[in-house]
Amino acid sequence: MTPINFKSLSSKSSSLFTASRSIRYGVDRLFAIATWAAIFIALIVLASLLIDVAVDGIPRLNWEFLTSFPSRRPEDAGILSALVGSLWLLGLVIAIGFPVGVGAGIFLEEFANRSWVTKVLEINISNLAGVPSIIYGLLGLQLFVRVLQPITGGRTLLSGGLTLSLLVLPIIIVATRESLRAVPNSLREAGFALGITQWQVLWGLVLPQALPGILTGTILAISRAIGETASLITIGALTFIAFLPPLSIAGLRTPFTALPIQTFNWVSRPQAGFQINAAAAIVILMTILLLMNATAILLRNRFYKSNQ
Amino acid sequence: MMQHRSPDSELWQSNLRLQQWIEQFIKLLAALFAFVSIATTLGIVGTLIFETIEFFRQVSIWRFLTDTQWTPLFTNAQFGIIVLISATVMTSTIALCVALPIGLLSAICLSEYASTKVRRWLKPILELLAGVPSVVYGYFALLFVTPLLQQFVSGLESFNALSAGLVMGIAITPLVASLSEDAIYAVPQSLREGAYALGATKREVILGVVLPAALSGIVSACILAVSRAIGETMIVTIAAGQNPRLTLDPRVPIATMTAFIAQVSLGDTPVTSLAYKTIFAVGTTLFLMTLALNVFSFWFVRRFREIYE
Repeated sequence: MTPINFKSLSSKSSSLFTASRSIRYGVDRLFAIATWAAIFIALIVLASLLIDVAVDGIPRLNWEFLTSFPSRRPEDAGILSALVGSLWLLGLVIAIGFPVGVGAGIFLEEFANRSWVTKVLEINISNLAGVPSIIYGLLGLQLFVRVLQPITGGRTLLSGGLTLSLLVLPIIIVATRESLRAVPNSLREAGFALGITQWQVLWGLVLPQALPGILTGTILAISRAIGETASLITIGALTFIAFLPPLSIAGLRTPFTALPIQTFNWVSRPQAGFQINAAAAIVILMTILLLMNATAILLRNRFYKSNQ
Repeated sequence: MMQHRSPDSELWQSNLRLQQWIEQFIKLLAALFAFVSIATTLGIVGTLIFETIEFFRQVSIWRFLTDTQWTPLFTNAQFGIIVLISATVMTSTIALCVALPIGLLSAICLSEYASTKVRRWLKPILELLAGVPSVVYGYFALLFVTPLLQQFVSGLESFNALSAGLVMGIAITPLVASLSEDAIYAVPQSLREGAYALGATKREVILGVVLPAALSGIVSACILAVSRAIGETMIVTIAAGQNPRLTLDPRVPIATMTAFIAQVSLGDTPVTSLAYKTIFAVGTTLFLMTLALNVFSFWFVRRFREIYE
């Protein structure tokens, strides 16, 4: 057996170790810098987007812009019909999408027994969440605009509202289920111990607890609907609407436009005046969305605090 | 005893019956609402299949798959879907080259490097940005990014795949970051501590232990990003143009599948025309692509999910 030269071995391995350790720490530092750089790049680009739109759009904002109908001359054009159309759609999504979504969430979480039916429903809902919005537009075009024309009246507010409701349904269902799941079971058991029915337990005890979470999800879903463009274009929302729908059932059956549709129309015109109008419309749209999202985040934070 | 029921208990009995009726009604209604989602899926699949079959009655599937031009609105119509698919693949690839690295690194930063305070501020900002409508990004791509890039890239036309793809990447970055961050944050602390105890550095812990443990969540975030990118409509419609052509040059106008559907919908297309059926055939192609991604994601998460208690 040849004697092992311990000295040379140890010095060799220790030099190897120190050298590679400094390299490892060096790479570590680079990696940390890369992650911070990524987040700053993302934030800077997104900030420049908002600043660019604000700089272009805010000088154009005035009362006439908010209260005028679209026009062939960019300086006379306004967003009244688009703003009112968006408010109608918002109301329709609240009236249709909210109850249906919450009802479906309650069914899946509280009423249904675990079976293959609920499993199919769950897979189906997660699949629907991944379907591109323009496909919902094709569904709306065929089903609401064409097949159900006697009811909806064709390319109308009702068709738009129904299409958007279907589009945001998965978001509301998932939010409702998560909020219901967060309510402790002891509360339900306490209710049953008093001898009240399942619906009374749900209505009187569980839903009030789950409400902030459900509302948060619903606000996020509605803000998605407010900004949605592709599916409304597909069902054929018009861009030149120089009247307001009457505030009645008949109003549901009038053609419509909406803020993102009007914005799209103005962006795609070559004249600079219309592009400035587009920026101004975006400022209004983003203000509405930011307010809604901020409300949702505040609600959620309060919800988490009270749950802890 | 039964004959001597007091008025109070009579009230109670009928009340309970009423409550049970209400309960039955509510349950039925909720079940009905739950099946709206099934009806939606059936509606989508049914609509697409019906109109696509009508389309293939007039245009052979062979031409659909092998033509090298897409001119369905011309008299000498050609139906090479490959033209639209290649455009979609190109813009999506550019977008993912931006969104995946930036989104993932941001997620790692938020979860592993940022202090709790920074995280509490940045996470809601990311979620706010994920909610910016795509028409706003379209404006940004056409009127800010393209003029900017034209100073550096020679031959960049005012409608092009490059700036549409880049901006689409920025648009889906918050989604990738937010979902991956959820997955990374959920990896239990004990795993990290175990790796530190073996002498690993922070980067080695993250790349060697934390990311593999969060793999299923990260991959499903990335797949969702891919399906967002191929389904994205407004950015490409506004900034990438409406010119269907088979090219790999990102500097010239192209037309993606979604942009074609939007373009035809903007015109007043009669429902019996071939153009009307064409948008459903294109929609079916798009739907099948996103469905395949969804199914793959579902399978992957099931196969590779790590559950820690």
